[in-house]
Amino acid sequence: MGDFFGALGDIFTSPTMYGSAVRLGGFLAFAALGELVAEKAGTINISVEGSLLAGAFTGTVAFHLTESTWLGLIAGALGGLIIAWIQANMSHRLTADQFVVGLTANVLVLGLAGFLNGIIDPAARRASIIEIPLLVDIPLFGPALFGETWPTYLLYPLIPLTWWLLYKTRWGLEVRAVGENPQAADVSGIDVNKRRREAIYYGGILAGLGGAFLVLGQVGSFDTGAVGGRGFIAIAAVYFGGWRLGGVLLGSFLFGLADAFRLALPVLGYSLNAQFLAAFPYLLTLVVMYAITKQFRQPAALAQPFVRGLR
Amino acid sequence: MTDLKPRRVMVERFHLTDRGRSGIEMVLLYVLSIGGAILLSGALVAVTGNSWSAVFGALMDGAFLAPGRWGDTLVVAAPMLLVALGMVIGVKAGFFNIGQEGQLLMGAMAMGWVGTRWGGPGPVLLMLGLLLGLVAGGAWSGIAAVMRFRRGVPEVISTLLLVFIALQVGGFAVTTDWLLRDLDANRPSRAVASAALPENIRLPVIRIFGNEFNIGFLIAFVMALVVAFLLVRTVWGFRLRVLGHNPNVAQKTGVAATRMGSAALFLSGGLAGLAGAVMLAGGASGFRVTTGFSQNIGWQGLLVALLARSRPLVAIPMAILFAALRTGSGFLAATGVDRKIVDVVQALLVLALLIPPAIQFIRQRRKALAQAAEEA
Repeated sequence: MGDFFGALGDIFTSPTMYGSAVRLGGFLAFAALGELVAEKAGTINISVEGSLLAGAFTGTVAFHLTESTWLGLIAGALGGLIIAWIQANMSHRLTADQFVVGLTANVLVLGLAGFLNGIIDPAARRASIIEIPLLVDIPLFGPALFGETWPTYLLYPLIPLTWWLLYKTRWGLEVRAVGENPQAADVSGIDVNKRRREAIYYGGILAGLGGAFLVLGQVGSFDTGAVGGRGFIAIAAVYFGGWRLGGVLLGSFLFGLADAFRLALPVLGYSLNAQFLAAFPYLLTLVVMYAITKQFRQPAALAQPFVRGLR
Repeated sequence: MTDLKPRRVMVERFHLTDRGRSGIEMVLLYVLSIGGAILLSGALVAVTGNSWSAVFGALMDGAFLAPGRWGDTLVVAAPMLLVALGMVIGVKAGFFNIGQEGQLLMGAMAMGWVGTRWGGPGPVLLMLGLLLGLVAGGAWSGIAAVMRFRRGVPEVISTLLLVFIALQVGGFAVTTDWLLRDLDANRPSRAVASAALPENIRLPVIRIFGNEFNIGFLIAFVMALVVAFLLVRTVWGFRLRVLGHNPNVAQKTGVAATRMGSAALFLSGGLAGLAGAVMLAGGASGFRVTTGFSQNIGWQGLLVALLARSRPLVAIPMAILFAALRTGSGFLAATGVDRKIVDVVQALLVLALLIPPAIQFIRQRRKALAQAAEEA
């Protein structure tokens, strides 16, 4: 454990560490931003994991067919949307249990992606790196935030967009109302389950984009284990952020940092128990969830299905 | 007190009050949804240039028809059923434990530890191993229970994250001398698998009609009866279902949500742990604990419970069905179709079976609302 703390100092002054933290955290942030909107509407959308993987796979296939990163990203968003569509309509139109649907959707995506990956065997490539002049020269964070592959920059406009949607539009107000008090929202004429479905669609698109970003902006190849539970870490990031935009981004970055820490340690010449390192991001997520879940007030109707006339 | 959020669980909604016309409609709906799922799977096979009838034949051969295969199917069905029963208990109490894959591994590790490190008469060690497997699985989901009831962390997230940690604990255990590492330094693959369970600590095997299977399935079968009895015929089971059905009512009628919920989550993981112990003592991975020991049995058992709509006795045939798909997929290589198609079929089946009861529920709601409007 002495090693562990000794390493901390070195690592937090290493720019490569921040680079990979932003990359891994960015991937989480795509999903977490979408999940934030879904949870504001009162749904815990565990199919975000499936949306991420679906986006990663459809994005890879589209790139394989067209050699276009743009089309890959669009296909990724569509792939995520398909899973979100299943989740939304099964659980907020047909009122099947949202966790059952989400879990099954995850299993479905895992099976489909594994099956089709063996047949298509798509090849992908990392997009080119674009450095934003001046900003890239900021010490420590500069290269990490502004010297990345260009799909990374898609995340930046999504942040104000999500904020604007949630807090500055009528739609966002209704979404939040639906998540706080669906009965009252229903009485005032809002179609509760419709708003919830739409919020889940938004989450699916963002998660799909995040999945495609993972392949085309970071890793450069597809693997069915690539997402590996990070959808759930994205949900944890939403909890960490107390259902506020800034907090959610901070949470994504923190959990990205944990992932980066795991990757950076061996590179910097420190050796630590391999299993502990691999478990570290998940462990940290659990510890943080334990410490923080009670600190914030969650949307009052979170995970409560809405059926008119039942409460 | 915890600020426990009551969550109405809509998994097990089965009011078969409507008769006649709507009964026929329901059957039709079921046929349509299941047919749709099978058709989709068949289309997937056909689109990828294979014959779905060959695939079906191979699945049947691999699961039942070829010599010795239905015995194998029962061997696989046992842990799936146990996992499913755990899930049923959790869902009935309103908790969605999805970490069985990890809890199962913890149970197998406990069994392996007892079997390879403790001394004593075989049958006693076997019983102890199974018991400790149950405790280990329960302890692992108990972490999620503590997080839920002390801090309000949703168990659906914590149990899943615990899977990834359990996998690493498994990796740590089989490479650590004082835990599970094979002490025989001459065995080549001892970095990835523990020592094998000694012969006298394995589950007895039944040989019948050219098939052989260990008594794991009997254990699971009896557990299904026990769980069904507990849930339906005991006060404890009634309270548990009240908690799952409506936490507000539960609180008003004096059901201790924390104690009841913790017990449900513990049992939920415990049965998954028992499944792991049964798998190991029944010969999975050559009686050795490996890092990938769970082999998706945890996930599939979970789906079995969903498919059975949380009814313990229905879980028995469903477990056999999913086990058949799994053992049958072993014969798919000859048809040139990847065995992962079975994962797709399983998920589609679960999704399809969600639809008819949901439609029925919506109809009943509409009817009730219309009635209420009339009376008003």
